[in-house]
Amino acid sequence: MDHVLTARTLFGTTMAFHIIFATLGVGIPLMILLAELLYQKTKDNDYALMANRWTKALAILLGVAIPSGTIAGVQLSLLWPGFMEVIGKVMALPFQIEIYAFFVEALFLSIYVYAANRISPTMRIVSLAFVAIGAAASAILITNVHAFEGTPTGFRIENGQIVDVDPWKAFFNPSFAVTATHVVLSAYMTGAFTIASIAAYKMLKNKHNERIQLFHKKALMLGLTVGGVFSLLTAINGHESAQLLHEYQPEKLAAAEGLFETQSHAPLVIGGFTDRETQTVKWGIEIPWLLSFLAGNRFDTVVVGLNDFPEEWWPPLFVHTLFNAMVGIGMFLLLLSIVGFIWHRVKKQHIFPNWFMWTIVTAGPLSLLGIEFGWIFACTGRQPWVIYRMMTTAEAVTQSTNLGTLFLLFTSIYVFLLVAVVLVLRSYFRRHPIEQHLSTHM
Amino acid sequence: MTDELIAISILWGFIFIYAVMATMDFGAGFWSMVYMNRPQTKATKIANRYLSPTWEVTNVFIVAIVVALVSFFPGATFMLGTILLIPGSIILLLLTIRSAFLVFSHVAPKYEKVLVYISGISGLLIPAFLISVLPITHGSFVETVNSVSHLRLDRLFTSPHEYAFIAFAITSTLFLSSLLLADYSNEANETEAYAIYRRDALIIGPFALLSSILIMITMRSEARWLYDGMIAYWPWLAASVALFLAAGLALFLPSWKKKNGRGMPRLAVVAIVLQYFCASYAYGKAHLPYMIYPDITIESGFTHPNTFRALFVTYIVGFAILFPGFIYFWRLFMKDRRYLANDEK
Repeated sequence: MDHVLTARTLFGTTMAFHIIFATLGVGIPLMILLAELLYQKTKDNDYALMANRWTKALAILLGVAIPSGTIAGVQLSLLWPGFMEVIGKVMALPFQIEIYAFFVEALFLSIYVYAANRISPTMRIVSLAFVAIGAAASAILITNVHAFEGTPTGFRIENGQIVDVDPWKAFFNPSFAVTATHVVLSAYMTGAFTIASIAAYKMLKNKHNERIQLFHKKALMLGLTVGGVFSLLTAINGHESAQLLHEYQPEKLAAAEGLFETQSHAPLVIGGFTDRETQTVKWGIEIPWLLSFLAGNRFDTVVVGLNDFPEEWWPPLFVHTLFNAMVGIGMFLLLLSIVGFIWHRVKKQHIFPNWFMWTIVTAGPLSLLGIEFGWIFACTGRQPWVIYRMMTTAEAVTQSTNLGTLFLLFTSIYVFLLVAVVLVLRSYFRRHPIEQHLSTHM
Repeated sequence: MTDELIAISILWGFIFIYAVMATMDFGAGFWSMVYMNRPQTKATKIANRYLSPTWEVTNVFIVAIVVALVSFFPGATFMLGTILLIPGSIILLLLTIRSAFLVFSHVAPKYEKVLVYISGISGLLIPAFLISVLPITHGSFVETVNSVSHLRLDRLFTSPHEYAFIAFAITSTLFLSSLLLADYSNEANETEAYAIYRRDALIIGPFALLSSILIMITMRSEARWLYDGMIAYWPWLAASVALFLAAGLALFLPSWKKKNGRGMPRLAVVAIVLQYFCASYAYGKAHLPYMIYPDITIESGFTHPNTFRALFVTYIVGFAILFPGFIYFWRLFMKDRRYLANDEK
């Protein structure tokens, strides 16, 4: 593998690992907060129990999210010193403000976890709200750096020198709002579906205990409802993200859709694989005119194709498949929550059939997969640039060699931690089964 | 004060706070390993009670240092990032394992022994690697060929200067943490644990001072520019030694609060933190204007002035907002007797 590709693989692996825990670290606090609020409203002890158990799981997940986030942050400087030199001069604000968000999250998480029995219920909710706000703010601010990479503003490069720096203009770059919203909404969706998955699985495994069934049914409906709302919002916002690409990064949209020729009334191709030789998408389903409509709300919108750009500026063409997988998962999850909602509310059925329960079990893993596809699409689709039309990834990479060994070391740590975190979660919830708590509350 | 000086002072402030908090954090992990098999004393419990709520906050400081470095001195980032790839990666891997296992050991008692060993041993290794960044910035281990900089690991790990720093890091970690834990157990009225940590602090203290003298001796031959600079700040070094002696004395004086009690650990902690403050001030002042000798100075690596101004505003606003949070945290975990005296984890 060439040097740049090795560096990208190492950093990509770090991010792919970190994003699992970071996404849950943003999504789960919202679920805990909702459960705490439901408890205050209904005085139903089951919700207090949910909040309590989810907090334990969150503390374990953050035990990996925080150090892996530290790795990601430091690795940026170690692997991409050229990139961080520009970021330090122009786009330092989001990193700096993220530190404050990080502090808020760490302080109040420690307070909520280690001092829960010594603070008032109001302070518990306030602490939890700060954890949720801190986590969401960290996600928003870090995503802002990613947004800047796609739509850089607030500086110029003149003879290799960075001039005319306006840090706040860089901070509020054109894609900041839409991209950050996308990340937060999809994290809330993922947290909710993860809860729904686990609840559905537990219901399938405890068919004969009605009390346990009832407990998990409440968690399931909370997860499905919140997941449904946020998958709808994610879809609407995703549409805006695509229009943003049309305006600011047309070659990324062209690669995502497998469009080679610039045209009005452009078709949308769903599925299939982009073929470079024949300049077509093989085995895809073509819907006439739809892409033009999606890109500009009019069928005669001219969508720019890849052939308008020099080939060395093309992103890898497989991003079409990643893009489709991400959108497909989002649509599927939206449908799933609508069906579940109708079944529960309109048909008044409280027990879902087995096949539907098993489908819900896939929702959590699928949404995480959707997050992974989305990030790989977003970062691979920007190649060959690290800062769009300003700096290539090859210009930013470290001059140190021997990244292969580091890649192996870091990857084995991630595999090890993944196994460890599963073992620790299982061991904890085996020793503290739900029956124990339910019987004391009944 | 120029913008560059303000920026390097903020960075140095972060490093100093992290150094103090981290040595206590890492040391507490080590002591909880050492006293694990002596359940009759509460020394382990005291160490764990301090450690549990603080590591996440301590960890934020390391990210704060990296961010302050990149945002204030992006010009230094390029070279530092390049030469620190290997040591930086090792530190990251160790930190990750350690933090993950600190959390795991709380929820999975079945693995507790393994986990305590991991956090105990990494608690000594991490400071050793972290402090190596200092001798690396002294310049003689960096080699530039065709404008590409490399860290000569072979030269670094055969240098007595590097080993003096490592010895200093380890002894300081143990010294500071045992002193703090002595104060912490004194606050919690754990007489036995207090006696143990007080004894440990008295044994290790002189070795910490000795290793700092070793640093000066090796510096004389390996980084003469810095040695001369530090000697020019000799009153600060003298004050540092005086504070060390004052701390030792404080541990022997009769206690104010308790009858028959021995030592004033709070006074000793304050004196020792001031001691490290004086010493690191002299080191830092002598190091200026170089960040990495002789290539990068604070002027050459400095960020764009507009960015500096924007950052400076967020520092003031950010810490003004955070300050009450820190106070609340401190009162809950460091002052609340219900927490200090609690037997449960």
